[in-house]
Amino acid sequence: MLDTLLTPFIRLGHWVIEAIRRLGFISRFFLAILMNSAQSLTRFHLVIREIYFAGVLSLIIIIVSGLFVGMVLGLQGYTTLVRFGSADALGALVALSLLRELGPVLAALLFASRSGSAMTAEIGLMKATEQLDAMNVMAVNPIARVVAPRFWAGVLSMPVLAALFNVMGILGGYYVGVILIGLDGGSYWSQMQANVDLHVDVVNGMIKSLFFGAAVTLIAVFEGFDATPTAAGVSAATTRTVVTSALVILALDFVLTAFMF
Amino acid sequence: MAGFEPEWARLSCNENTVDTAPFIELRDVSFAYGERTILERINLKIPRGRLVAIMGGSGSGKTTLLRLISGQVAPQQGEIIVDGRHVEHMSERELFEHRRRMGMLFQFGALFTDLSVFDNVAFPIREHARLPDSMVRDLVLMKLAAVGLRGTEALMPAELSGGMARRIALARAIALDPQLMLYDEPFTGLDPISLGAIAHLIKKLNDALGTTSVMVTHDVQHSLNIVDYVYFVAGGTLIAEGTPDEVRASDSPWVRQFVRGEADGPVHLAYPAATSLSADLGLGAPHA
Amino acid sequence: MKRTTIDLWVGIFVAIGLAAVTFLSLRVANLTPQGADKTYTLYAEFDNIGGLKVKAPVKASGVVVGRVTGIALDTKNYLARVNVAIDSQYAFSRDTSAEILTAGLLGEQYIGLVQGGDEEDLKPGDRIAITSSAMVLEQLIGKFMTSFAEGSGQDSKQP
Repeated sequence: MLDTLLTPFIRLGHWVIEAIRRLGFISRFFLAILMNSAQSLTRFHLVIREIYFAGVLSLIIIIVSGLFVGMVLGLQGYTTLVRFGSADALGALVALSLLRELGPVLAALLFASRSGSAMTAEIGLMKATEQLDAMNVMAVNPIARVVAPRFWAGVLSMPVLAALFNVMGILGGYYVGVILIGLDGGSYWSQMQANVDLHVDVVNGMIKSLFFGAAVTLIAVFEGFDATPTAAGVSAATTRTVVTSALVILALDFVLTAFMF
Repeated sequence: MAGFEPEWARLSCNENTVDTAPFIELRDVSFAYGERTILERINLKIPRGRLVAIMGGSGSGKTTLLRLISGQVAPQQGEIIVDGRHVEHMSERELFEHRRRMGMLFQFGALFTDLSVFDNVAFPIREHARLPDSMVRDLVLMKLAAVGLRGTEALMPAELSGGMARRIALARAIALDPQLMLYDEPFTGLDPISLGAIAHLIKKLNDALGTTSVMVTHDVQHSLNIVDYVYFVAGGTLIAEGTPDEVRASDSPWVRQFVRGEADGPVHLAYPAATSLSADLGLGAPHA
Repeated sequence: MKRTTIDLWVGIFVAIGLAAVTFLSLRVANLTPQGADKTYTLYAEFDNIGGLKVKAPVKASGVVVGRVTGIALDTKNYLARVNVAIDSQYAFSRDTSAEILTAGLLGEQYIGLVQGGDEEDLKPGDRIAITSSAMVLEQLIGKFMTSFAEGSGQDSKQP
């Protein structure tokens, strides 16, 4: 009787302990990545290769999503602003929403589901097929050879993707606001230019995306490395990457926003 | 104490008789994953230049033996000495140093799926030796020729058959001319022809390169044909050992059952899980 | 894939990134290099600038002719001193008036210039003498409330 009552608590306890263990492991893992990053710099082609897989292959989804998000912002922004007679401010609205929040956050979410999950699956499969063991036995540290280049590739790719997302969004907003609805193109840009500050908006947005890139890639490589080396284990790890990344991005966004703006 | 054999004694042994100076020595080694004991008080000596098989059913702890020798796991108790060096106390740097002189063939090859055959074989060379590209290329082609697969350089691992992948993995393992070769179930999941080819290659490489080789396997027929000595592991302890001829003539019921692949015998009674042993011994049956 | 192909693609990727950042800083944030466009500076003093910000546009007849470059409180007369940079191609007469206007009800505030009739033009560093301050919504509502209260007070006395 008492046992059945206690079971949920025991399970909760196990879950908490496991969560703390993983937090400890991911911190140690992060340190290990930083300490084993020298090779990523001396053999930069390893990083370039991963930038190709993480960054270049994400271009299409970023361009298309950015364009659509900008178009939606343009449409929704217009219908709201026009009620207050300030439809001219559309450019500022679109640009500020994208630069400060939507660009970094949505690009990071897309990056997590496109590249983060791929990284987890790749490293998880390398673990399941003993490729990481093989590397270890060949006296090659898998963290230096496999994990660190992916981590830095993610950190470097993310701001580029976020910047591209912003540009595509602003162009999408321009298309809807100016070309479809017929607002004045000049005021779209001038309102934007009058209200966007390079440091406060553009640079802070880029800094955000740098943090997001580091967080998403760290989670992705960690989940791959920590995955149970079976097909089911890898697929569970891939799911965890996407879910954890999404939560961490949003939480981190709140913290960074509170610090920056 | 056996652990404090003077240095000169070992050296003089090396000069006189190869057999008495073990290249690999395990003393009283015990290993457990958590509460589950895998190996208990294992003692074995493998002389330099020999090809030795460690046999046993699935889950008998024989793969763990290889991991102990390569330093991938550390024993809870006992000493592991490879070429006079204690593996169990090695720092990460020393372990990498140790592994640089060691090659390992994994169960399914463990080729890097994102690299071509050429890059796979070149991998250890590029990682450990700063050689010009032309020299790397020559070395890779030599190793590929050694396993009879020159001409496959541009293929990706996914395009290879199981037997070819295993031979490429072997070429990669011997890329740096290791002093010690470890084979983890080299025959698993291969067709008879590939299997014969791999067995022949292992023997040939051992003789040609003068490496000490340790092979973990449950394939009795093929290994008895090529190895110099056999250890049998069951339930985490060594239960029998001998040369192939001694093993074939053994009157131990356990060894007889294992060698002949009989479904019924001491193993059947003692270890219910081993009922799949005969299936395991069948050619081409994948390792569970 | 060959390393050269990957290098090429990553090169394109980096170029796209640089182009995007350049676009964001030049076209969106309008970080035009100082002194590239020829401007001249004027200043004006206002009782109250409301929500006017640096970089706000200066318009004449709705056309942007310059930007606010600096806002400070002049402690001699406690008026807000606003510096504006005007595009050199536009000249304004000495009796030009400046007022702070709002685009839409809640829109941004900008300076509107109305050309006067004087034949002489303002020279760089001159003061725009005629100014009218920003409409501050609270004050406006305050005034309205007072007049409304007075009006209703009179109404109640009459009968």
